[in-house]
Amino acid sequence: MTSAHGTSALEGYRHRHLLGIEGLTAHEIFFLLDRSDGYVALNRGDDKKTDLLTGRTVINLFFESSTRTRTSFELAAKRLSADVINMSVAWSSIKKGETLIDTAMTLNAMHPDVLVVRHPDSGAVQLLAEKMNCAVINGGDGSHEHPTQALLDALTIRRRLGAIEGLQVAICGDITHSRVARSNIHLLNALGARVRLIAPPTLMPSSIERLGVETFHDMRKGLEGCDIVMMLRLQTERMQGSYVPSTREYYHFFGLDQEKLRAAKPNALIMHPGPMNRGVEIDSELADDIHRSMIREQVEMGVAVRMACLETLNDNLQQARRQQEQAAQ
Amino acid sequence: MTLPLPKHRTAYVNARLLDPASGLDAPGALLAEDGKITDLGPDLFKDGLPEGIERVDCAGACLAPGLVDMRVQIREPGEEHKETMDSAGRAAAAGGVTSMVALPNTDPVIDDVPGVEFIARRAREVKRVKVYTYAAVTRNLEGRELTEMGLLAESGAVAFTDGLKAVADAQVMRRALSYAKTFGHLIIQHPEEPSLAGGAMNGGELATRLGLPGLPPLAEVMMIERDLRLVEMTGGRYHVAHISTGESVEVIRRAKARGLNVTCDTAPHYFALNEIAVGDYRTFAKVSPPLRSEDDRRAILDGVADGTIDAIASDHSPHDQESKRLPFAIAEPGIVGLETLLPLSLQIYHWEKAELLDLLAPLTVKPAEILGLNAGRLAKGAPADLLLFEPERAWKIDPETFESKSKNSPFEGLPVQGRVRRTVVDGRTLFQAA
Repeated sequence: MTSAHGTSALEGYRHRHLLGIEGLTAHEIFFLLDRSDGYVALNRGDDKKTDLLTGRTVINLFFESSTRTRTSFELAAKRLSADVINMSVAWSSIKKGETLIDTAMTLNAMHPDVLVVRHPDSGAVQLLAEKMNCAVINGGDGSHEHPTQALLDALTIRRRLGAIEGLQVAICGDITHSRVARSNIHLLNALGARVRLIAPPTLMPSSIERLGVETFHDMRKGLEGCDIVMMLRLQTERMQGSYVPSTREYYHFFGLDQEKLRAAKPNALIMHPGPMNRGVEIDSELADDIHRSMIREQVEMGVAVRMACLETLNDNLQQARRQQEQAAQ
Repeated sequence: MTLPLPKHRTAYVNARLLDPASGLDAPGALLAEDGKITDLGPDLFKDGLPEGIERVDCAGACLAPGLVDMRVQIREPGEEHKETMDSAGRAAAAGGVTSMVALPNTDPVIDDVPGVEFIARRAREVKRVKVYTYAAVTRNLEGRELTEMGLLAESGAVAFTDGLKAVADAQVMRRALSYAKTFGHLIIQHPEEPSLAGGAMNGGELATRLGLPGLPPLAEVMMIERDLRLVEMTGGRYHVAHISTGESVEVIRRAKARGLNVTCDTAPHYFALNEIAVGDYRTFAKVSPPLRSEDDRRAILDGVADGTIDAIASDHSPHDQESKRLPFAIAEPGIVGLETLLPLSLQIYHWEKAELLDLLAPLTVKPAEILGLNAGRLAKGAPADLLLFEPERAWKIDPETFESKSKNSPFEGLPVQGRVRRTVVDGRTLFQAA
């Protein structure tokens, strides 16, 4: 079976890895989104399996605990008929133990085709990718990037609203520590949306305006005229005085509720990368409002986007290997 | 009756003599006898060389005092896999450094008399360039209890510093400055307010883009400003190590104008690179303090050119692969610097920001004066610690050719000008270019 669109991946997305959204063109992003659309249909049918990655090995290497993202990648790989293994590695910055380079060497010896990596340190996935012989997908590195999350968010928006260009999108919450925010800023800017960031000053990183966004500390002002409200998860350890004084105070000023949402456009849609802290960053009823909340669709789109990414990187890898063989002859 | 041993005499002829202390910049010759300079000048050996003198033809190259590097991590004792007294000594000689001063952040920390004596003994054993050592300001670098500064100085410590850690507690710093003042000793500070220093690189757009915690430039100038108040109060002698921001230069410039007893140094990477060198998480460009903005880089350059920055030190920080091939935030900071100190500093001359003679002062006589070392001068009676170099000779930095055990340099492949031809310590040639 060939790709759903019958095109070579190299025509649309030319990179060996998917390490981040920064630097990708609108053309490349659209290519991945178009491919993902095909998989949404497949995933909704009874027979959810294709044989595109038969014989290929996908390794999910997670240095940080995650259920959703890992499951989503696992399911995506299985639906493409790849062999998947999941490796969870306890990682602490203090006890380094086996270095990342050693890990790469070990994994190379297992001949994987695609490696999905999540790591608590910014830049760690790139470091690993430099040493790997296979394709690498960044499943989230520190506070840097989480490219498949931004792609699935874009797919969700595009399927609901038809286009992304010209939309006003507010991203609200812990911007400083958020890889989701950074990937979404790059993607939304590349596709011509206007991005606003809403956070208390302690959770807004310095010079973030230079990435082409507007910043707000007043949530109502920030939400004015917005089509989309993306809420971010606030980690509990950051709520107890180090960045914000308390959960209660945070919710009062930066939690999304019906009242604050009124500042946005009447039909503004709500997104959240999960897992949610109900009553901390988002009102529980709002999160479950099927007319406003796209949170469940985001999870669904996640599988489709990851299938498209796996297929694309595998295509590129096979092509590169063929070229290598030809060159060797 | 025994006959006196014949003196060993060497004449360096056809040299361009450069002595920043006296302002000498002229073609001429220099005579070294038994490890000391006994004569020099434009007219020396004009009528030929007497019998019994070894002749070194400098072929027009520059003959200057050997470099005095006031900030070197030798890693011995404790981390000999990164560098040893021997390898650091060879690296120094290859870099034209004839005197270097070791930081006390070894394992164990140099905070007692046996530690200071250990460094002196090891330096005597390996017989390479001259090695001096600092001792810690506080026991085990913990920032609480003062070390035995008087005894440490008597056993040879040339000044006091907690190395890569700031003396953060204001009361401890105040007492260190006033206690050291009794003996006339110098306190050297790593300028960084630790509670603001949780970051991995310069705070700003690039750190935000890379998702790395930022170190605000403010953390540096804040600590310097606090310390200057304490210097004013105590009258102590104070030196700020490796300054990296334009504001630090400005604050020190003003303090000097007010007559405060303050000096400072910087390292070549702070005027040769800016934060862009970190690029895609290049850990070889991770240093403490971090590489700053382009404006800061230019301000550091101006500070060296106008003399606000007294000294240039290599800030030699050898690290093995395992300490650097890590995610950026947890990789060790530091650049190996002994063998690139001269060519990187000479950039300032090649960029026409300073005359050659003026540029040599912060590399030789000025650090020697700050630390009270008998070094850094071409003068009758001074030790024959000499550097022969060609300031225009072009080459490319290749860490694989370094004598240092560690190769962590972000300058790999950089074309530079200025090559060491020969390094002489107490009249002995320790390095000679092929």
